[in-house]
Amino acid sequence: MCLAIPGKIVELVDTQPNLAVVDVTGVRRRVDLGLLQDDPPVPGDWVLIHVGFAMSKISEQDAAEQMRTLAMLGEDQAALEEVRGYGLESSP
Amino acid sequence: MRSVLQLRTPEDGSGSPGLNGSHKVRFREPQIEMAHGAGGKATRRLIDGLFVPLLYGVQGAHAELSDAAHVEIDGTRVAITTDSFVVRPLRFPGGSIGELAVNGTVNDLAVSGATAVALVVSFVLEAGLPSGALESEVRAMASAARAAGVSIVGGDTKVVEHGKADQMYIATTGIGRQLTGVALGARLVRPGDRIILSGPIGDHGITILLARGELDLEAGLQSDTRSVLPLVEALVAAAAPGLRWMRDPTRGGVATALNELALDCGLGIHLTESRIPIRDEVRGACELLGLDPLHIANEGQFLAVVAPEYADAALAALHATAGGEAAAVIGDVREEPAAAVLVTTGYGGSRIVDMLVGDPLPRIC
Amino acid sequence: MRFIDEFRDPEIVTRTAEEILRLADRDRHYRFMEVCGGHTHAIYRFGLKDVLPPNIELIHGPGCPVCVLPMGRIDDGLSLGAQPDVIFAAFGDMMRVPGAHGSPLEHKAKGMDVRIVYSPSDALKLARANPDKHVMFFAIGFETTAPSTALTLKRAKSEGIKNFSVFCNHVTIIPAIRAILDSPDMRLDAFIGPGHVSTVIGCRPYEWIARDEGRPIVVSGFEPLDMLQSIVMLLRQIKRGVAIVENQYKRVVPWEGNRAALAAMAEVFELRPFFEWRGLGFISQSALRIRESYAAWDAERVFRVAGVRVTDPKAAQCGEVLKGVLKPAQCKLFGRECTPERPVGALMVSSEGSCAAYYNYEHRKMAAAAPV
Repeated sequence: MCLAIPGKIVELVDTQPNLAVVDVTGVRRRVDLGLLQDDPPVPGDWVLIHVGFAMSKISEQDAAEQMRTLAMLGEDQAALEEVRGYGLESSP
Repeated sequence: MRSVLQLRTPEDGSGSPGLNGSHKVRFREPQIEMAHGAGGKATRRLIDGLFVPLLYGVQGAHAELSDAAHVEIDGTRVAITTDSFVVRPLRFPGGSIGELAVNGTVNDLAVSGATAVALVVSFVLEAGLPSGALESEVRAMASAARAAGVSIVGGDTKVVEHGKADQMYIATTGIGRQLTGVALGARLVRPGDRIILSGPIGDHGITILLARGELDLEAGLQSDTRSVLPLVEALVAAAAPGLRWMRDPTRGGVATALNELALDCGLGIHLTESRIPIRDEVRGACELLGLDPLHIANEGQFLAVVAPEYADAALAALHATAGGEAAAVIGDVREEPAAAVLVTTGYGGSRIVDMLVGDPLPRIC
Repeated sequence: MRFIDEFRDPEIVTRTAEEILRLADRDRHYRFMEVCGGHTHAIYRFGLKDVLPPNIELIHGPGCPVCVLPMGRIDDGLSLGAQPDVIFAAFGDMMRVPGAHGSPLEHKAKGMDVRIVYSPSDALKLARANPDKHVMFFAIGFETTAPSTALTLKRAKSEGIKNFSVFCNHVTIIPAIRAILDSPDMRLDAFIGPGHVSTVIGCRPYEWIARDEGRPIVVSGFEPLDMLQSIVMLLRQIKRGVAIVENQYKRVVPWEGNRAALAAMAEVFELRPFFEWRGLGFISQSALRIRESYAAWDAERVFRVAGVRVTDPKAAQCGEVLKGVLKPAQCKLFGRECTPERPVGALMVSSEGSCAAYYNYEHRKMAAAAPV
């Protein structure tokens, strides 16, 4: 139920309140910002677009943090395996 | 509406039905629907079940369809093809219906291994069409024909009542000279063969969708309509002995063309998603609208299946030819899954890509 | 594409899949339900089953607003569209859904003015551009889409646009999840929560699933890494023996939801006492209708709607597949009488319906792999 795509706000439409031009890798569409009026986005912000309305601002910080968490997956395991290789554990 | 039917002299000499009485019609649907013209499964049912048995009596397994037919006239093999063009809007970034009408038929001949020599054109015009619009299209056709090196040698015009013909329908029929050393057919395709695509997908279909203005999207895109003959000639020159099959992926996109190949040769077509060339804007529009780029129409690209030992030479030849810089090997042929097309991601996830049913529709879910 | 490609990184996907393999208890069979049709589509599109171990089973839930719409509602909508000077506007998803006398596209081929719109605001634009016609927008969707319809109705009202109405089929997700959990045939270990619905309703509405039903639920994004990370989070909860609500999709989902969106919905819509869900039967307080204050834009009040009820063909097992009790291939009609070309049930029409997704992306793979 939910095809929603990230897009970057390029400019606000001055003739219409709550409308902005959003860019999705070169495709542009006017998007209604009415659902984000509590914290209106500005040009340069990324928003999640669904049926021509912005649903949410995309937090670049949270995205980066997620990627960091994911990148560490398996690194812990790799580190663990390296340590095991040192033979420091006493046999049970 | 692109017609996939082509008329081919059956190799097995089963002869025309007129001599033995008509062959059995297997098409049982009560009426013709839009889907029958979309170039996918319904179109195949119509062709296999109605046209093939009645027009050339090939019974049993479906006839292999290609983009042009070959006939022999006094020992000379001539390629012949026809196509009709219906598009809304008539003019769009990168071209118009006139150019499609010329390039489409030139390309059908090219991917059948033939150089287009002459076209005849048939116009069905809606009463009330501004003459300026017709003139624009005829100019476009003249220009496209010059660019493609083909002569328009005749035609016909009919006018129908206002309300019919969506302003203008154009049909073109072309004849061409076979390029020497080329033998094409799905039955020649073998596991291990490589699949080459001439350039980025989806430009035409997305341009048209945006040009209709209903979705309120803008992008710096234009139709890729062009003659692919120079690229085909370069490919043939470099790799003719290894060239097995070619097709232009128009309506229904790369997915439909490759599914037809898979059905005709019974083998599995494997594509690597990351190797398929696609422009950012086409990708963005497809993600936004929930469309699969593999189903989107192209008017200036072609697919070629090439034996592995010729693949490098084939690709190099395309890269060295103007307009072929983005050509890529997008996959290969394997035994399994039989008669299907599989697309694989970089991490080993795969999905079957089927033929379209009807036209691609944007979705929100 | 930013915020998309990084979450499809093949190397990180592979490592996350390896983590799943490490976490999954080999002696255990896990049944996770992804509620949202968008997740069903993503699973197939990205071939995620290929990277999951065989003991993690993904069950497709009922979060497909097209799939759960009873045929009678489509027929009602089409009968409105058949009236003179009416433009029937709907999302592309609706266009091939079969009514008793054909789908919207089939009606269009026979002369009905049917338009595909990408946004409810585009439907309103049509109304402004066609003052001599009435534009009826056939609205579908869960809470992700309802706020946009609500805002559009507010604009129609504030601009005094008279030739526009909405045929409202918006439904809510929580009652559907409740119906799943109440179903005696269901055995589920955890939920992959609907990421985009949650941008509106937040994560709180799922707390009862963890607290009262003891099932972990992770609100998930839609890219491969989002879904795989969500599965990691579910496995970790199960390993620890806990059941809580977690937000994997932090970059867009606010825990408290979107106040402005919820306010717009509350202003324009109210809950119907009950609504019929295809395959799930009547569920109370599960769907939205337009409030009295917006009656002039409510298609069900502007027009007389027959309120047709159409029963599904007996052999069609949409209900069981919708609830995840049956796999698509187990329905007797699957692949035979019911195909994407000739769909009997809506699960085969909607591209995120489990049957269509399975058919289009998977079943020929299975057929090829199966021994002859």
